[in-house]
Amino acid sequence: MIERAASGLSGAVASATYSAFLEAETSIPTDVRRALARARDREQSATARTQFENIEENIRYAEEHGLPVCQDTGVPIVYLTLPPTVPFTHDLLDAVAEGVRRATREIPLRPNVVDPLSRENSGDNTGAGMPAVHVTPGDELTVTVLPKGAGAENCSRIGMLLPSQTGEIARFVAETVLIAGGRPCPPLVLGVGIGSTFDGAAALAKEALLLPIDEMTTFEQEICDAVNALGIGPMGLGGDTTALAVKVKTGACHTASLPVAVNVQCWACRRATRCVEVEE
Amino acid sequence: MIHLTTPLGDEVLELRAGDAVTLSGTVYTARDEAHQRMMQEGIPFDPQGAVVYHCGPVVQDGRVLAAGPTTSARMNRLSGFILDAGVRALIGKGGMGPEVREELRGRGVYLAFTGGCAALAAARMTLKGVYFEDLGMAEAVWEIELDHLPLIVGIDAHGGDLFSEVVRQAKIQFEQRFNT
Repeated sequence: MIERAASGLSGAVASATYSAFLEAETSIPTDVRRALARARDREQSATARTQFENIEENIRYAEEHGLPVCQDTGVPIVYLTLPPTVPFTHDLLDAVAEGVRRATREIPLRPNVVDPLSRENSGDNTGAGMPAVHVTPGDELTVTVLPKGAGAENCSRIGMLLPSQTGEIARFVAETVLIAGGRPCPPLVLGVGIGSTFDGAAALAKEALLLPIDEMTTFEQEICDAVNALGIGPMGLGGDTTALAVKVKTGACHTASLPVAVNVQCWACRRATRCVEVEE
Repeated sequence: MIHLTTPLGDEVLELRAGDAVTLSGTVYTARDEAHQRMMQEGIPFDPQGAVVYHCGPVVQDGRVLAAGPTTSARMNRLSGFILDAGVRALIGKGGMGPEVREELRGRGVYLAFTGGCAALAAARMTLKGVYFEDLGMAEAVWEIELDHLPLIVGIDAHGGDLFSEVVRQAKIQFEQRFNT
């Protein structure tokens, strides 16, 4: 009985993971589409407008035909919330990996995951530490996926700023985008992690990419304005929108530290969440 | 909107960086490994007036499913010989280095396609053939028929380079805002 219950849960988690990847890879979340539409409407550059038109037509075509929005279907990043009744076990991680393998086979996804040194491809988007699974306690069992492409991820950056440099966070973010230019496929979403530790700031920056992007705080808007003043524009061809949004997450840090991480995300800010019903 | 059809000729010399164009006709995909193979073994297609697309498509059952552009700058040092052989246009994303800007002078153009728009590209494509298939799906040279792919002239045949101009202006903006 217990085994059956466990395999039932594993099956449900694998299935939810697959289903979340299917949605994330073949559509774009509503908040991101709204942000793209708003940016297109404000855009003054005729060249930049053609890029928005292509992006919109691309999303429409991918959704209609159930095709991946971008051929870089990314590496699998997964966030789980676990209710008190669901223990965090190897079986649970195996179930998520099984969902990733099925998504790779059936959607299909490009096999992107390789050994970092031998560069040998596993063929199924799993490997040591992949999928990257992050777990937090919650009321429900939820599976959130964030497939992350390399073009934008490669332009991400972390800085251990001085505690006296809180006023220079916008500069650090803008400098990150300046160095990146057109390479990360702007218009971008910028996840900014401030505080915590070296690794913690990077984790916060990635989690910030899960937040809805159609609202920004004054602080986020100021950073976003500084980035957009660069004029890099869609695809680096020049224009008013280099970043669709900046989202910030903060964590407490050492009094002598100010870690700031910028996780760069291309316009295809793909994410989806599934709830899994847990039988008592 | 300017419409181009392959094989390309001297009409590309009239284009200017920033022009919006559509392209129809035959293109050949090539990434890093295909360029290296062509350097060693020769170009497997007629390069006169040809177009090379920096792309590693997803192909299934004789159809192109996804074919967005890859980062062209990886081919900065691999593009001179195909332009020498008569190729008139390169398609990709992100722009190319100053060496390519010089190699294009008086001969050809670099055309930018929107990064990530893999489904849109596939919708305008018919698969015609393949060379160097042993390199694998992403690195093989695929012969593809295009139907009005929307592109922006990123680098023209007169040294005009939209990408480097945008970066130059971005640096000025950054300096003004943060370093004064």
